[in-house]
Amino acid sequence: MKNVLILGATSDMAQAIAKKFAAEGWSLSLAALEPEMLETIAADLRIRSSAPVEAYPFNATDFESHAAFYASLKTKPDVVVAAFGYMSDQEKVRNDLADIRRTIDINFTGMATMLSVIADDFEKRGSGAIAAISSVAGDRGRQSNYIYGSAKAGLTVFLSGLRNRLARKGVHVMTVKPGFVRTKMTEGLELPGILTAEPEQVAKAVYKGLEKKRNMVYVLWMWRCIMLMIRHIPEFIFKKMGM
Amino acid sequence: MQKISDWGNYPVVEADVSGFDSAEQLRQKLAVPGQVIAFGNGRSYGDASLQKRMLTTRRFNKFLAFDESNGELCCQAGALLSEILDVFVPRGWFLPVTPGTKLITVGGAIAADVHGKNHHVDGSFGQHILSMDVMRNDGSVVTCSPTKHAEFFAVTVGGMGLTGMILNATFRLKRIESAYIVEETVKAANLHEIMDCFEASMDWTYSVAWIDCLAKGDSMGRSIMMRGEHARDADLIKPAHKSAPLALKPGLPLAVPFRFPNFALNPLTMNAFNFAYYNKFRSGTHRHITNYNTFFYPLDAIDKWNRIYGKRGFTQYQFVIPKEAGREGMEKILKRITESGLGSFLAVLKLFGKQESFISFPMEGYTLALDFPISQKAMDLFKELDAMVADYGGRLYLAKDSRMDAAMFEKTYPNAAEFKRAVAMLNEGETRFASLQSNRLGITS
Repeated sequence: MKNVLILGATSDMAQAIAKKFAAEGWSLSLAALEPEMLETIAADLRIRSSAPVEAYPFNATDFESHAAFYASLKTKPDVVVAAFGYMSDQEKVRNDLADIRRTIDINFTGMATMLSVIADDFEKRGSGAIAAISSVAGDRGRQSNYIYGSAKAGLTVFLSGLRNRLARKGVHVMTVKPGFVRTKMTEGLELPGILTAEPEQVAKAVYKGLEKKRNMVYVLWMWRCIMLMIRHIPEFIFKKMGM
Repeated sequence: MQKISDWGNYPVVEADVSGFDSAEQLRQKLAVPGQVIAFGNGRSYGDASLQKRMLTTRRFNKFLAFDESNGELCCQAGALLSEILDVFVPRGWFLPVTPGTKLITVGGAIAADVHGKNHHVDGSFGQHILSMDVMRNDGSVVTCSPTKHAEFFAVTVGGMGLTGMILNATFRLKRIESAYIVEETVKAANLHEIMDCFEASMDWTYSVAWIDCLAKGDSMGRSIMMRGEHARDADLIKPAHKSAPLALKPGLPLAVPFRFPNFALNPLTMNAFNFAYYNKFRSGTHRHITNYNTFFYPLDAIDKWNRIYGKRGFTQYQFVIPKEAGREGMEKILKRITESGLGSFLAVLKLFGKQESFISFPMEGYTLALDFPISQKAMDLFKELDAMVADYGGRLYLAKDSRMDAAMFEKTYPNAAEFKRAVAMLNEGETRFASLQSNRLGITS
């Protein structure tokens, strides 16, 4: 039985991804910060499926702990899905030092340190796949969201470099840019229905993307076009658009 | 703030809507003073779960424990009945009671004390709750059951979310041998025939009738009864069913892609639909095997079917009148609906069994449910129908209602005054559970 490690397993996207893998007959290692909620999610998955489920405490911003965390896993994973992330309301906190730091630490540094540990192991084994949730916000800096966006841009570049390094070693790296997803992170935001995916759609896209060894996954096809256009607007026009 | 409505798309309100993942998060949300109400999957029809501030339970949907030896399931209130079916039907378990949609939460099923096609045998959903945890407005949690904090339990079942937030509930699933139903359809030429048929079908676990409200004169009340039993292994004939009795192939997903213009539904189109439906069935009695989705949830197969009523929205008028008054009362009420020509696309008739609850809708008697596009004419008709229903000692179903007045509620729910007192007492404090409906009905203010 193959094993998937899901980092940040309490997010809505991660929960949907866990259900998808369980339904496909994988065993699960779930890792997240809040132990109580993680245990509830693990118990739920054990009732819903016959999949073996292990739960581990994991702190994305405790960078030094990442190697020991990975060593502590009872089963070494075949696939890793890194789904942890953090987004605040930038209008409110753009000058809050702690919040800027937290945004970058979770979305970029924590990803980079954790995935580096995993990449070494996968490289040594000559197999495995890593999927990480980045964001369309990282495709171009916009006034409303550039701190989160720049951390995700960093992650996207990190993943493309990692893919470049591991491609010839039999290890697959996939970047996921979900666009708007109806989750607790976007709760209270007015989201355009047609551009908004449900967590279950993300889960399906991630699973299918891994099967087909895709490098980059946009969950809804419209986002690929939208971001293509947004990336190609000349800067002298873009800067006046105030998006 | 976002625009939100329940299933009838009427009324639509601007609301602050947020969810929670743990009891602790919910406690923090309840610390904010003001009126607040729980919102599940938005399948009640009117304004029973609408309010300026709403707490959505859908993320709070975990299964907490399941006992394979007796079918006892404990789950959080936001779990959908469809999630329970998806997980447990393949293992040979079914819901003790289910309404005509599986897209409702367990919390909503308890708060509205929903009923199904087996009410005359198994009662309402609330009667199957062994125990539940409910968070009060002060953040404290009450574990209640028919024997523990029994009074609080009794006002919470059918209490429309006005006593607290249901956190989790334990109830027992029932054993099934297959995912299929042995169904018999019986064609009835008029109201008397279908009522005879109900009274002769009390031994069937499930029974319901689709009634053509547009048929007039001698054929008024012409209808199709559908009665069923869970198919046992021995009932299955097709090899595909026999080899995997508990597995269903996923059906084709159908959806209504956009809101129909308001004029799409008029007496002509409705007549055509009702007639087509009636003639699909041959006369007499016919027996066949169908799957549980087709039998219990025919409309769930069409995603967002509520859009066919257009932007104006619709309401479902569901009433019950006591069995003794049934024949005369139902005939008069149905006649009035038929004459109005406003009659609906979907009309469902059912004979309830006995039920003695504090504030729930069902009572022994006939219940009829009809959809009406929202219009002034329909609203005027409802006023007339209300008076007739009240005269016959009946009442309206709160889960469907968006327009009844306080006087009607007080007159027709025997424990209305006591319920109001209990809700007021339980809501002492800064945070109060109240919906637009409960404000309209004078239960809260």
